[in-house]
Amino acid sequence: MTETLKVTLEKRAGLAVIYTEGYINNQGGEEIARVAYEQIDAGEKALVLNLQGTKIVNSIGISILIEIIEKMLEIDGTLSFCCLTPTIEKTFHIMGLSQYAKIFPDEASAITELTA
Amino acid sequence: MANDAVLREVSLTLPMLPDMEIAASKTATAMAELMEMGSDRIDEVRMAIVEACVNAFEHSQASDRKVYVTFAVIGDTAPEKLQITIRDSGVGFKPEAVEEPRIEEKLRAKSKRGWGLKIIKGLMDEVAIESSSTGTSIVMSKYR
Repeated sequence: MTETLKVTLEKRAGLAVIYTEGYINNQGGEEIARVAYEQIDAGEKALVLNLQGTKIVNSIGISILIEIIEKMLEIDGTLSFCCLTPTIEKTFHIMGLSQYAKIFPDEASAITELTA
Repeated sequence: MANDAVLREVSLTLPMLPDMEIAASKTATAMAELMEMGSDRIDEVRMAIVEACVNAFEHSQASDRKVYVTFAVIGDTAPEKLQITIRDSGVGFKPEAVEEPRIEEKLRAKSKRGWGLKIIKGLMDEVAIESSSTGTSIVMSKYR
């Protein structure tokens, strides 16, 4: 019984959107980080993590997302989130992630603000 | 007010294997749906139980490599709250000694982990922890 996270990427003008589908646990977080670090290495400074396909996360997975936030802060970049379930958004607020990563209700509003 | 009668109870024994916390979250969902809890509140229960199970898997050092979970629907005549007990027979810990994680410190720290209890307390209505050298029980409840 292993839940596998599917991660896909779409490049947009001025940013990259990472889509997830499934449970963000340790392995899922590492897969997101792998894709994110490839984009950072390629010079991308704005990443959006679209979690529409993710209904559950655990704190080990989120701790890997914190590593990505740290990396983005180091390069004066931003990691933003969109399309969170109310519970995932509440969890991010409990943890304080929203102080360091913007949370948008949908992808369109994220792109509008980040590419303005 | 509820008189804390157990209207329905389900028990699970989980081996400490990858993603077994999802089995617990599915049972929690079924129990919460049975008592007609709102979907957002069910999601919060799911997230909290995942954290409690992952904590036990990662930290308990239980020699039997098992976690025991009991789901109880509590109420007087109608369901009022879902009470979940997660128990292990591990080495225990001192809950009062667990430092509350702070994002500004975690961002600079080598280890970004240690969020489980904070998330559980933030998502559930009631949380009680009992721990000794023979094991740990977390009892957490969510009202309908």
